[in-house]
Amino acid sequence: MKVIKEKHSLLMRWTHWVNFPVLAIMIWSGLFIYWANDAYGISIFGFTLIKFFPEWFYDYFHIPQRLAEGMAFHFLFVWFFFINGLLYVVYTVFSGAWRELLPNKNSFKEAWLVLLHDLHIRKTVPPQKKYNAAQRIAYSAIIFMGLGSVITGLAIYKPVQFYWICWLCGGYHFARILHFALTIGYVFFFLIHIVQVALAGWNNFRAVIAGFEVVEDQAQPKVQELTIETEDKDENKS
Amino acid sequence: MKTNHKKPAKIPLTVDQKIRRRTFISFGTFLALGSGAFVGWKWLLNAPEETAGITAGARAPLRRALNKTELFFRNFFSNKHLVKTYPVERAAKSPRINSLIGIEDDEDFDIAAWKLQVKLNNQKNRYITIEEIKALPKTEIVYDFKCVEGWDEIQYWAGVKLSDFLTHFQLENEAEKQYMGLETPNGAYYVGLERESILHTQTLLAYEMNGKAISTEHGAPLRLIIPVKYGIKNLKRIGMISFSNSRPKDYWAEQGYDYYSGL
Repeated sequence: MKVIKEKHSLLMRWTHWVNFPVLAIMIWSGLFIYWANDAYGISIFGFTLIKFFPEWFYDYFHIPQRLAEGMAFHFLFVWFFFINGLLYVVYTVFSGAWRELLPNKNSFKEAWLVLLHDLHIRKTVPPQKKYNAAQRIAYSAIIFMGLGSVITGLAIYKPVQFYWICWLCGGYHFARILHFALTIGYVFFFLIHIVQVALAGWNNFRAVIAGFEVVEDQAQPKVQELTIETEDKDENKS
Repeated sequence: MKTNHKKPAKIPLTVDQKIRRRTFISFGTFLALGSGAFVGWKWLLNAPEETAGITAGARAPLRRALNKTELFFRNFFSNKHLVKTYPVERAAKSPRINSLIGIEDDEDFDIAAWKLQVKLNNQKNRYITIEEIKALPKTEIVYDFKCVEGWDEIQYWAGVKLSDFLTHFQLENEAEKQYMGLETPNGAYYVGLERESILHTQTLLAYEMNGKAISTEHGAPLRLIIPVKYGIKNLKRIGMISFSNSRPKDYWAEQGYDYYSGL
């Protein structure tokens, strides 16, 4: 029998969907700032592997010099990014939702099983509560990355007034590199996230908008039996 | 028979009905809020440019945001917050030249005849020679010069502390005003600075770079070195300085950049 099961709180859904366009605007305006002096790349033994960004990228997106505009957008939308993120963190801490979010002692082992399962190497479905182990790690990491972006951003924005933040970030140069690398991280997160959401299907996606998922409820006694069984198993293990 | 007149009792919704109802309401709300956000974004993208004045070239709402953000972060400004300094060996041997506005477009400039023009409160002008300035105690600084474009470079400058200069030439009354404006002799480049940044202990009127007289490209005979600001505020070849209680005109603030541009 179908049952409605509450999954995501309104605050979680709200901050998720506010963050999506705001972060997109932060990346977009951040690129205008970066393009004024595009110094970064990856090279090994003097051989340039990747240059951020290659000429074709600029040509394709028709990037003119828009530094002043980029800064103006960046320094407005960072307020929304910060306040929205703060709201989520404060809610998660005080509601106790962090228990389902932060990785626990089994997560790092289980995350490996999730990966093997997702790559169709292993058939067994890893334990899945609200979030599975891989999700716990990824979604916790993205929150800390957001915090990292704010801190490195402040280090770059006011390296004299916030000299101690700049020092914590390893200096002006390193803070800029971290700030940039975190942005690359968001892009990777986004790509994987989109694929995973598409694969997870409608029930999962709907939960992030409507808040609930639909589960098949089994007869009461059977559920009880199952819980007893798993408890027994846990005891045996320990 | 009486019960016939009553409305039939409400049948509780089935699970499927509940699912449909909640999905419909939440997706409807989501789309409505999303559309609202999209309209807001379009409004901002198409927002008219600010009325050109002391600042120009930015969308009006973004300029308001820049000014508000400036006010917030100025709370953290302190004369005790110093820019990090480096040993002289770390300084660039030939520092980068990024812009020559106010220098390359001034063919009539005669360095031998140069005097610093200071506009006084009594509407008069005072003219100060480079020798008078060089007679004051010299202060050196090796620090990381930061450009708004994103590059930075460790550079070695020497000159007189702006605060020493103001005291020595009895310009304290002028410096009571909230802002100081600086211009090149031909008026092509100009910046405005708040009092607190002017009086910062690391702000210099520099006449030496790497231990030698500043070159023409770097702003001879006298330029501003203000480490609490981006490079755009470090005016080369100062011709005239003035004081006011409202923001003086500023070259890059007229091109859409933040007026404050503080670090």
